[in-house]
Amino acid sequence: MEFLLAIITGLLYAAGLYMMLRRSLVKLIIGLIIISNGANLLIFLLGRITKGHPPIIPGDSKIFTEIYADPVPQALILTAIVISFGLQSFAIILIKRAYQVVKTDDLDEMNTIEEDYK
Amino acid sequence: MQQLLLYPLLFQLFLSIFLMFFWKKIDAQKIISIVGGFIAVFLSGVLFYTVWNSGIQTVQAASWEAPYGITFVADTLSATLVLLTSIAGLAVSFFSSASVIPARLRFGYFPIYHFLLLGLTGAFLTGDIFNLYVWFEIIIISSFVLITLGGEKAQIEGAVKYFTLNILASIIFLTAIAVLYGLAGSLNMADLATIIPQLENRKLVEVAAILFLVGFGIKSAVFPLYFWLPASYHTPPSAVAAIFGGLLTKVGVYALIRIFSLIFLDDVFLDDILLVVAVLTIFSGAIGSLVQKNVRKIFSYLIICHIGFMIAGLGMGTEIAFAGMVFYLIHDIMVKTNLFMVSGLIYRIKGTNNVRLLGDLYANFPKLSLLMFIPLLSVIGVPPFSGFWPKVSLIIASLNEKNYVIMGAIIFGSLLTLIIIARLWSNVFWKKGEDLPKRDHFLYFQKMNRLKKFQFLAPIILLAGVSLYIGFGAEHMQQLSNRIASELIDNTQYIEAVMPQNN
Repeated sequence: MEFLLAIITGLLYAAGLYMMLRRSLVKLIIGLIIISNGANLLIFLLGRITKGHPPIIPGDSKIFTEIYADPVPQALILTAIVISFGLQSFAIILIKRAYQVVKTDDLDEMNTIEEDYK
Repeated sequence: MQQLLLYPLLFQLFLSIFLMFFWKKIDAQKIISIVGGFIAVFLSGVLFYTVWNSGIQTVQAASWEAPYGITFVADTLSATLVLLTSIAGLAVSFFSSASVIPARLRFGYFPIYHFLLLGLTGAFLTGDIFNLYVWFEIIIISSFVLITLGGEKAQIEGAVKYFTLNILASIIFLTAIAVLYGLAGSLNMADLATIIPQLENRKLVEVAAILFLVGFGIKSAVFPLYFWLPASYHTPPSAVAAIFGGLLTKVGVYALIRIFSLIFLDDVFLDDILLVVAVLTIFSGAIGSLVQKNVRKIFSYLIICHIGFMIAGLGMGTEIAFAGMVFYLIHDIMVKTNLFMVSGLIYRIKGTNNVRLLGDLYANFPKLSLLMFIPLLSVIGVPPFSGFWPKVSLIIASLNEKNYVIMGAIIFGSLLTLIIIARLWSNVFWKKGEDLPKRDHFLYFQKMNRLKKFQFLAPIILLAGVSLYIGFGAEHMQQLSNRIASELIDNTQYIEAVMPQNN
């Protein structure tokens, strides 16, 4: 399972970076979304995966008696997902606006020399 | 009074929510923001006074003992930066109320602005690395809104670059946290400081350190990662550029200082990287500034150049270098905020920021020019103005280390700053300016009423006064930065304050 997740994380990072290196604005945003999903998976993976042992103390004892899954990484991922959701929705609105104003999807053409004095 | 250190934080949160109730009433928002600014300065002043007299303050959120809960820590560095944030925040509130046009203010400028200050205060006060990430996100999302507010073409283009690199930096920061958590199983910075030095797997620790360096490096605009800054900082209104230039890159520097003075220690490889990066940052910032023709772009490149001075102090890692670095940080926040406000004032007087078109400000406004001369002299570091003293410490530190490259770079950076500012002075203030056509629908400074003029000048006078105090009261500042440096060098004080049960 760890091996599979490691491969997927690597793939997500690679695909995200590749998409970000394209010139299109839309692909840039897709790249950012993919790479942030990769980061979330990485937290999950590095927080040690423990199968079938939720962090719940049985009713008849006061302490954990056996190994349990660490709940912290999941809390971290949840926070990170919510934050990146907010950022990504802002990003999508921004590129829509950028397309309306600049009338291009090409990042290389987004370097208008500003006319300072109109 | 134990929660004292949360007051500046909670107050900004309260203020930004309170401001939302006055969504369309911009006059009320202006007054609330300015009055709130004064209260924030008072609260941070009380916090600073307490930390100065009774040492490091901590609050464990919900009384969960460290390292399990989220800890808030105010050591002298944090308390100083919170105080500076509130002073710069007050000045920019004042400045925004006069210089930002009502069309922008009507879309929630002030609430978002106070959310930005909330994020900055939180980032300075937190003692938990994931919590630091969350504060960084609050900072960048409010800065995205501020930078795009108004939606002009240049602004949108700048915003795309700004936001792409900032999100990428956050993702790299998150990756670094993941690696660090996998290694150490903790997120509390004080706890990490005790765990990390004992780890066997040094290579992976170095990987985590480099990831932090890249993530924070993008945010603080160091050498190969600074291109987003000059591409975006000249596009928003000057009030927004002032708070960005003064504080946003410095929060990246603060995070670098925290991480590399507390968690990743005594790593020769990292120190070398920091020194190389510092030298290249100074060179590229100074030379980039030399060729610019827009006042705000010149200042943007100067930010990069001067970030290099602080990174150099961090890389040398001796107590005197840290003292110089912290002193420079204090001076830089005040001066850079002020410089961007000065650029806003120039824009309001002449209607342009282009150096070629500007001119004869001194002939028409001698008193104003002298006022603007103060921050310009401070940024050069003409003795006894504020930029001079930290450079002395940094140069002494590099002499002690026998690191002549750093010394040369610092002298070179200062010299080029002098040339740039001198040329700016003669071009903008002395040269015979061109006759510019009057712009329609543009409120020139000359035509403002007395109240608006006061709102424009008061923040510049305030920050110039603080700069003068830093320069002429250098003894106090030196005392303060020496104390911060000793706290940074000896991190046991920080660890003991956060986790007293360990000893």
